[in-house]
Formats: sequence, C-alpha cells, structure tokens
Amino acid sequence: MRFESVPRAGTSRVLEILAPALSLLAGLAAVGLVFLLKGLNPLFALGEIFRSSFGSVFGLTETVTKALPLILVGSGLALTFQAKFWNIGAESQLLLGAVFSTWVGLTWGPSLPGPVIVPLMFLAGFLGGALWGMIPAALKIRLGINEVISTLMLNYIAAELVKFLVVGPWKGASKHGYPYTDDLPAQAILWLFPGTRISPILLVLAPAAAATLTFLIFRTRFGYEVRVIGENREAARYAGIDFFRTSLLFMAVSGGLAGLAGTGELTAIHHHLSYPDTLSAGYGFTAIIVAWLGRLNPLLVMVSGVFLAGIIVGGDAIQMSLGLPAVTVQVFNGIILIFLIMGEFFLRNRIRWVRRTPRHG
Amino acid sequence: MADIVFSILVRTIAAGTPLLLGTLGELITERAGILNLGVEGMMAMGAVTAFIVTFGTGNPWLGMLAAALMGALMASIHAFVSVGLRANQTVSGLALTMMGIGLSGLWGKPFIGKPLAVKMEPLAVPLLEKVPFLGPLLFRRDPYFYMSVVFGLAVWFVMKHTSLGINLRSIGENPRAAESQGVKVRLYKYLAVIVGGMAAGVAGAQLSTAYSKSWIEGMVAGRGWIVIALTIFSLWEAPRAFLGAYLFGGIFVLQYMLQPLGISPNLLAMLPYGTTLMILLGYGFSSGGRRRMHAPAMLGEPYKRGEV
Repeated sequence: MRFESVPRAGTSRVLEILAPALSLLAGLAAVGLVFLLKGLNPLFALGEIFRSSFGSVFGLTETVTKALPLILVGSGLALTFQAKFWNIGAESQLLLGAVFSTWVGLTWGPSLPGPVIVPLMFLAGFLGGALWGMIPAALKIRLGINEVISTLMLNYIAAELVKFLVVGPWKGASKHGYPYTDDLPAQAILWLFPGTRISPILLVLAPAAAATLTFLIFRTRFGYEVRVIGENREAARYAGIDFFRTSLLFMAVSGGLAGLAGTGELTAIHHHLSYPDTLSAGYGFTAIIVAWLGRLNPLLVMVSGVFLAGIIVGGDAIQMSLGLPAVTVQVFNGIILIFLIMGEFFLRNRIRWVRRTPRHG
Repeated sequence: MADIVFSILVRTIAAGTPLLLGTLGELITERAGILNLGVEGMMAMGAVTAFIVTFGTGNPWLGMLAAALMGALMASIHAFVSVGLRANQTVSGLALTMMGIGLSGLWGKPFIGKPLAVKMEPLAVPLLEKVPFLGPLLFRRDPYFYMSVVFGLAVWFVMKHTSLGINLRSIGENPRAAESQGVKVRLYKYLAVIVGGMAAGVAGAQLSTAYSKSWIEGMVAGRGWIVIALTIFSLWEAPRAFLGAYLFGGIFVLQYMLQPLGISPNLLAMLPYGTTLMILLGYGFSSGGRRRMHAPAMLGEPYKRGEV
C-alpha cells in the first residue's frame, strides 16, 4: 500500500487560495514547534507576533511602514520570477538605490526646493537599482552565468561598498565618528503622517507600482514575453523573443523598484546612509517570499506584503521581549517558504491511496 | 622567507578545506541532477551544531558527527521537496538557506563569546610528517583536511571508475534512460542530496571547531554561495574542485595579508565575492568554458517516473 500522486486536470479558484492559506498555517505550526524546542510557549510567541503587528494602531502603522518597501520589491520580483529569472539580489539593488539617492540628496539637495529634489532622488534610486540589476541579466544572457550566484555575489559586494562609504569617504562630518553620512537637507526628507513613519508619497507609490506591474505582466506584450520565457524557453526562442533585451528590461524594472524602496527607506525613515542591515530589514530576501506567497501576481503581493511586514514587526517585538537574535525572522521566512512550495504540489496534484503497486512499463 | 610561504600555505589549506568539502558535496548532488542552493544554510547549521555538541561534550569528533547528521537532516528536507514533491529546487534551496541562517542564529546565541575549551587539534601522520617541507605542511594538519582529501579522491574514483558513479552521472544527464537501465533514479537522487548535505554540515563544523573555536553569528559569511560557484568552476569534476577550493582559500588569506597595507577592510572583504564573479566571467568569455558550464543536462529539472 502506498501513496500515488495524480496531476489535477485544472485548479479551481478556491483551491488557488486554499492551498497557500493551508501551507501558511502549516508553516506557522512548524514555527511554533521551533519555539517549543527553544522552551517557549508557541501559542504565546505566535500570538505575541500577531498582537504586536496587527493588534494595535501603532503596530498597524509600523506594519504598513514595512509593507511598503516589501510591496515595491515584491512586485518587481514577481516580474522576474515569472520569467524564472531568480533575482536574489533585490537587497543590493535596494542599497544601490539608497546610495544613488544619498549622493543626489547631499549634492543637490541644499540648493534645490523639495518638489524638485525629492523626485530627483527617487529617479536616482530607480536608476541605481536598475543599473545594479541589469548586470546579472547581461551576465546571464550574454555569458551564461547563473543569476543566483551573480546576484548574491553582488549583494555581498554592495553591502561592503555601503560600509566602505559610510566609514570612509562619505562619513558625515556632523556624526561624531558614527558610521553614517550627514543627514539629508530638510527639503529632501519626506513628510510623514503625524505619529507614524508612513509617508503619503510611499503610501501611494507602492500600490501604484503593484498595479502598474500587474498591468505590465498580464496585459502587455512585454509581460507576455516574460511569461513565455518562464514557461517555455524553447517556445520563446522559436517565437523570436529577444532574451537579451527582455531580460535587461525586466531586471531594470525589478532592480529599479527595489531602488525606489531604498530611496523610501532613506528619505522617510533614516535620513542618512548607514550600515546595510540598518538601512534594510532584509527586505530584498523577505520579498522573495512576498512574491511567492502572492503567486507572482503584484495585486496579491500587496496582501502578502502586509502579512510578511506583520511578521517582521512581530518578529522585532518578540526579539526584544524574549531576547531572540535578529535572524529569528529568517526562521519564519525559510519555514513559510518551504511550506508554500510544498503546498503547490498539492495544488497541482491529487493524492490517492494505492492498495497494491501497479506494475510500471 | 620559507617560513612565510609555509605559513601562507598552511592558512590557505585551512581556509580551503571547508570550501573543498562543500564543493565535493554539491558536486555529487548536482551530478544527480539536483541543485541545492541550501549549502549556506546547511553549513551554518553544521557549524552551530558542531559547536554546541563540542561545547557540551568536550569531544570535537562528536561535534563533527552531529554536524554531519544535521547536514543530512537539512538536505533530506530539500530532497523530499525537490525529488519527492518535484517542487522548485531554486526556491526550496533558498528556503533551506534562510532556515539554516535563522535557526543557527537562534540556537547559537547563548554561545556567542564563549570559546571552546578543546577544538579539533592537528594530528600528525607517523613517518610522512618527517618528509622535509611537505611533511609538516600536509601531514600535521587537522582531521578535517585529511578527510576532505580522502573524500575528494574517493569522489574522483567513484565518478570515473565505478558503476555507482556512472549511474549517478547518467541520472543527471538522462534520468529516463537510466531508469530504463534499471537504475533506481529516486533513490540515487535522495542519497546524493543527503551525502551533499553531510559534506556541507562537516564543512560548517570545520569552521566552528577547527578553523576557529568560537561561534559567531553569520560566520559562514557567504562560503556556501562560493561553494555553489566553485561547483560550476569545478565543471563537476573532483580534481578541479581541489584547485578551486585552495585558490579561494588563498584569497581568504590574501585578504588578511593585505590589511596591514592600509587598504580599507571593506574593499578587501569584497575580494572573494569579486573573484567569484571574475572567474565566472572568465568562463563566460571563453567559448569552451561557456559550453562546459552547462552540465549536467537535467540539473534542476524535476523528474517523474514514467512521464513522457
């Protein structure tokens, strides 16, 4: 007697939602097990996570604050993942966006009015992320270099570059030896809703980006080409799709969106460039799960982005109250991701019992 | 002068050993057609497990054993997801890395700043250690080094000269043909992934109980990813894995040697990652290298028995 899997003829809408939802629950149960092994009450710890992220007005505003960069980055990743291009480098594309914006803000900020300098900084952020993102695309298409490795190596390099800048040439004169650049001038800093860290500009920008990306992926010729590359490379080749141009373009968009997230973190939250792990709470990596949980659809990414932002906020909270290290969030991320891809198997296949093994061949 | 060369070589070997172990493991895994991007996480878990067990028992051998088991356990998750469920190997490997980095940080936190009382000490090989220069260099090292070399030679021999190796390679190239020859494809795949995980676990153990004797969060520091790149560099052959591992071991040493010259430590820290890209670039620009980068044919493709 054994199990056998049979591919489903088609998937229903209900199942499309149910499979990731159940995977998520199973994943949370597994996270609870980790807490249990650590000698913590899993229900208390999990409850604490969601209470601190969704259970109060302050928690909710923090969750939204962190959801915005996740939605920006996650929408871009949904695009490249549609092409099965594994951009693991969003973290460094975000950093490069912040680096470019910092330069623009510190150089031109003092002499330009807010309505000019802020858009310029966002433009620079997009450019920085896009350029950094196009490198692995070019390397893959022209030279056959695996993008997972190149994007990861670029992550390490960009992180060291930022550290180099903030302790070296860009170290702020006003910062008394701390590894920060000087603060951006006041007109280059975003206005926030009082009592929150939410900027109205980002609150509009992130959903707008997700909506645009949804249109781009599902309603344009470019998006169609991206999906064909992902589903069937051979067919894409026969159809005459220009891999080089398309890959450069989708990585420019994906990297650019991550860059915008970097600009947002810089101008709304930090006001200066600082150490990489201060600038980004691992958004580039968490956004991988955001994109996956959102089934590579930027509209759903808005939902999954809020959910995972909640986990980051709740993770931060229990880190402090229970004395856990910052990497604990990675445990959640890894476990949830693995359960999500397991769930997809059950979405695509039916499981049935077979009493006696049928002979093959 | 000879002293300096000797000490550079010793440190190169020590830095290259975990890379060699990891690369050989990933090479076996990928030969069976499975891409495991979880090496960084498996190494982190191996490092923390070996450290905790050694800390608790005072026996670094038990630490090594525990790290191997932990690596196997982590790898079997990947094997189940990618072989059993035929799910996306890239995402599964990434998830494994996230989990490994997170769990190792979580479990290792109480041990930060507490060095081991005993670490894995060098073990002299009788007689051979008396050979001038080579003796002290190659035969007064710690057991991890000997193990990695023996493992490398074994991988080379098995791949080239045994039916086990030929079966494994055929699975990565054409699983359907292998199956029709009576090879148990899924069993081979499971075992290859698990052996790869054990090697990664032991590589991590080397870092925390031999290379150094303390646990530092994030101490694997991208070595797992360099291993993935080295596997490509090796062209999936054991002899080139030696070359790549010691080359990178040398780069890690170079990084420390250049520090007194006043170069920014942050720029020096880019060296291994930049070199990884440079090497892949070198392959990419030579047409021969580019063609050879594409083995094994079915790497990363899920395989289902009887499917056409």
